[in-house]
Amino acid sequence: MTIMMDTGNRIAAKAAVMARPEVVAAYPITPQTTLVEAIAEYVANGEFKGEYICVESEHSAMCACIGASAAGSRTFTATSSHGLLLMHEMLHWAALARLPVVMCNINRVIGPGWNIWVDENDSISQRDTGWIQIYCSSNQEIYDTVIQAFKLAEHQKIVLPVMVNLNAFILSHTSMPAEIPDQQTVDDFLGKYTPHWKLDIDNPTTFGNIIGPEYYFKIRRAMQEAQMNAKHLIPQIAKDWKKASGYFHGDLFEYYKCDDAEHILLSMGAIGAESKIAIDELQEAGHKVGLARLRVFRPFPTEEVRKLGKQANLIVIDRNISIGSEGALFNEVKAALYGESEAKATGFIAGLGGKDVTYKDIETMCQKAIQGTAKEQVWYGMEE
Amino acid sequence: MKKYPVETSLSYPKKGAMGKTGSWRVFKPILDKKKCVKCLRCWIFCPEGSIHREKDDSVSIDYDYCKGCGVCANECNVKAIIMEREGEKKK
Repeated sequence: MTIMMDTGNRIAAKAAVMARPEVVAAYPITPQTTLVEAIAEYVANGEFKGEYICVESEHSAMCACIGASAAGSRTFTATSSHGLLLMHEMLHWAALARLPVVMCNINRVIGPGWNIWVDENDSISQRDTGWIQIYCSSNQEIYDTVIQAFKLAEHQKIVLPVMVNLNAFILSHTSMPAEIPDQQTVDDFLGKYTPHWKLDIDNPTTFGNIIGPEYYFKIRRAMQEAQMNAKHLIPQIAKDWKKASGYFHGDLFEYYKCDDAEHILLSMGAIGAESKIAIDELQEAGHKVGLARLRVFRPFPTEEVRKLGKQANLIVIDRNISIGSEGALFNEVKAALYGESEAKATGFIAGLGGKDVTYKDIETMCQKAIQGTAKEQVWYGMEE
Repeated sequence: MKKYPVETSLSYPKKGAMGKTGSWRVFKPILDKKKCVKCLRCWIFCPEGSIHREKDDSVSIDYDYCKGCGVCANECNVKAIIMEREGEKKK
């Protein structure tokens, strides 16, 4: 075990290399660039022994990962924002092909106008592709989640690609210490990758052939079942990793001071970490408020949200907006509560375009929701 | 042949995995065996493997899977294959 004091991107690269993928294919984009540069350094110093493919676009990066994964290799890539959007078609493809590609996405604003800071609209707009989506809130969590992502993606009851999301700059470019276990711990945890299907000249198959509606229907249903299985396996794998490494960051949610809470705040990513300070301050001021930081957006933890709704009113902060509707998390939280709970839900849109969301801001949002003075959905800082 | 446990768009080698695709046909190739010189151009060019080759290099057409693309008729140098619209006989 060593302590690595470094940025979220470089710690993600360390985790990816320690998972020993056979192929990494990536294209640089701010703010992901330092992640793939770090992997290139590991190629140069001999720590990474796999194939590193410098492709001409993100669409090609995902295609190369799909090809390598279909040939039976463990694969990794990383991207951000417009890069992720360019991959969109192939994201569907990887999931429908049931290929356990692991990818880090650095959550960044979508242009125009040109803006490289954090918001989550890039990954939220990929939510229906069939990828499992996990959101991190610290560099240690990034390390541990990337390792677990391979285990999860390759599990025989899942066999789906996994996207590990980290916020631009707040995590990607901020140094924090992370404990790095020794290589043997990671090797023992992940084991050797055995593909669940592959293109193999000794066992010939055709992939992506024309298929009728009946088979297609089955394939979609099987993907849904795999995502539902992930709801049980994500907590299990998190527990197993805790045994192996000592680290645990929550399962589908990370709960913070939720006992006796009459109001529970739901947030994601770095805002989720910042929220802990706000909760401390609010509790000190006598408010019965707790935090449920959502780690897993796909599969969506419907049952857990219902449990929270039976205990408390919910306050949701979204760093994204589904234009024409509402914040994506707020929308899904309300759908989960429908017919199951009388809980009141209040939604806030905050931090778009990389606008700072401080613990003071989070406190203010919570107070407004607790006092009942907020509308159902509020654009924080633009109320008037 | 090993079958994989994953439910995805995988198909295994089998005659007619998509059913009798000959039902998609609009134009039907008709072979005149008297004109055929056994050059095997149709057998080489058929994209569906629907031309059967016999031991003496004579050929026949498998209408269960022939989709009627007309490549064989186009490639035949002696015009031994003509295309007829399904249900209509050429005079």
